[in-house]
Amino acid sequence: MTTLPIDHPIDELSDDPRERPPLVLNHHDFGSVTAEILRANEAKRPPKAWYIAFVISFLMMSMLGVLVGYLVVTGVGVWGNNSPAMWGFPIVNFVFWVGIGHAGTLISAILFLFRQKWRTSINRFAEAMTIFAVICAGLFPGIHIGRVWLAYWLFPIPNQMDMWPQFRSPLLWDVFAVGTYFTVSLLFWYVGMIPDLATLRDRATNKVQAIAYGIVAVGWRGSMRHWHRYERAYLLLAALATPLVLSVHSVVSFDFAVAQLPGWHTTIFPPYFVAGAIFSGFAMVLTLAIPARELWGLENFITKRHIENMCKIVLLTGSMVGYAYGMEFFIAWYSGEIYESFAFINRAFGQYAWAYWIMVSCNVICPQLFWFKAIRRNVWVIFIITLFVNLGMWFERFVITVTSLANDFLPSSWGWFEPTWVDVGTFVGSFGLFMTLFLLFIRFLPILAISEIKGVMPEADPHAHHGEDHA
Amino acid sequence: MSDTTGKTMTQDSPEAGLWGLAAQFDSTAGIYAAATKTREAGYEWFDCHVPFPVHGLDKAMGVKHTILPVLVFFAGLTGLCVAIFLQVFTNSLQVNLWALVEVVGYQFDVSGKPLISTPAFVPVAFELTVLFSAVSCVGLMLFLNKLPCLYHPILKSPKMKRITDDRFVLVIESKDPKFTRATAEKFMQSLNPERIVELEH
Repeated sequence: MTTLPIDHPIDELSDDPRERPPLVLNHHDFGSVTAEILRANEAKRPPKAWYIAFVISFLMMSMLGVLVGYLVVTGVGVWGNNSPAMWGFPIVNFVFWVGIGHAGTLISAILFLFRQKWRTSINRFAEAMTIFAVICAGLFPGIHIGRVWLAYWLFPIPNQMDMWPQFRSPLLWDVFAVGTYFTVSLLFWYVGMIPDLATLRDRATNKVQAIAYGIVAVGWRGSMRHWHRYERAYLLLAALATPLVLSVHSVVSFDFAVAQLPGWHTTIFPPYFVAGAIFSGFAMVLTLAIPARELWGLENFITKRHIENMCKIVLLTGSMVGYAYGMEFFIAWYSGEIYESFAFINRAFGQYAWAYWIMVSCNVICPQLFWFKAIRRNVWVIFIITLFVNLGMWFERFVITVTSLANDFLPSSWGWFEPTWVDVGTFVGSFGLFMTLFLLFIRFLPILAISEIKGVMPEADPHAHHGEDHA
Repeated sequence: MSDTTGKTMTQDSPEAGLWGLAAQFDSTAGIYAAATKTREAGYEWFDCHVPFPVHGLDKAMGVKHTILPVLVFFAGLTGLCVAIFLQVFTNSLQVNLWALVEVVGYQFDVSGKPLISTPAFVPVAFELTVLFSAVSCVGLMLFLNKLPCLYHPILKSPKMKRITDDRFVLVIESKDPKFTRATAEKFMQSLNPERIVELEH
């Protein structure tokens, strides 16, 4: 294959299809890459902003603990859930957090299979974010069951009552889907991290670090015979995780779609939920990456090009979500079903119209700004847009869950859902849990996939001779 | 850490305590060429320690394809069978299958729907297939690599710290039938390394 000649230095933001923009800026040897990425981990103290963020997150997490304790000793009556709106904040929050948890494995698995090398700079903390988001997600159904101490009934464990879970229920599929997703994401994250943990071990300056990182690095010594199996295992995990990512939110959508309620009982739900999950996940990756990149000084690895690529994915999935909103309306009208039509008219113009229009403005209109290059290249504008997307995606789940439950078939059984302070506090507290875990992660674990980043540098190619382009 | 090219760091020591010799390179091209030559020279007990997988190096070393995918396939198949058995048994059978532990199935009659409803069993079957495959994939990868291994001559040597950073090291073990200290060292000198390091047991 011939390469067209280029007579100017390649710019990271270049749109010229003849050139491949660099994934790592200002580095031409591997040692400086290691040092720069681990600078924050190896610094004696993290920056002041880290401490401030950690204290706030920790306080929010403590509030979550207190409120969950209050819930357990009092009962679910402390929430706004009522009949007919049996599913209030806990399920909205569950779907919201699981959705956010989708970007990590998408980046790790699907972009890996598509050989998208730019993923290497963002996959590690996107995976970490996935795991923390799934932890937050798992909390809500767990406390929503009422008698929390009986949560083990969710699992098929032989017991003295000869009772088994009902395998034809989507709620049980959820237990398996989310459980598998968490386990596989955790394995993926950990396996990817082993070589970098070995790097931290070998660079440790004190005994505690050397022992702690030494144990978690399982004695990794970079043997090529090990790498051979490792790469194969990583590829297999990516191949396994790809259908898994798509299945998890599909199964979550079955919780709704298998029910008979108008507004829920639609076949568009699985693809629509998956697109929404990837949309919200990428928005959250950007929300976290932009400040972390600034704070940790990672501009050479998470380049503007990386940010721009993620914006494009947000734009694409945001448009898919917008299309799904439109198509839902069309099918509701086209079906000629009065309850279905009513459900959608009611969403847009009924008592929860405010929530619906927040959702539409944040999810459909906001990301369309990413059509403009100037906006895709202004990190702080992106940051603000992603905050709106996060907000909008939470409202999407609120609209789906609450409007359909509150106003279903018979007007005599309609109701009204209003959250209590405990609902709001628990949701805010879940951000505390998420952020606390994330802040601990960026302080103590390798925030970027160091060995993978080295592997995509031009210097890594053993056959690249002087001036010859093998890329 | 910057020794002049090709100088050995070793003293005359008895071969008994010697685990192997390591030649250090500073580029992927260097280790690739060295691995090719080592294989051609007929050494079998050699390995390359690199900070990231160098493309094609495993082929140059003559590493055989791993059996891992085959094993993972069977693990996935096991997961599928377990899932089907679990669902069919727990939701439809009314017999006590296990002699020691008393376990019987529990029949839920929901609007007269069939107890064995295949479509409803698909999600859990899929999830358990993936779960079994993924867990065994990681477990078997570590097992086949003989990890965790918290003691190793390479981890012991303070001179080998940069194999997880920016250096590429070729190691020939002393148990290789062709290995003698003198010949191996002479061979390594010919590879033009940054330096040669002795590794003790």
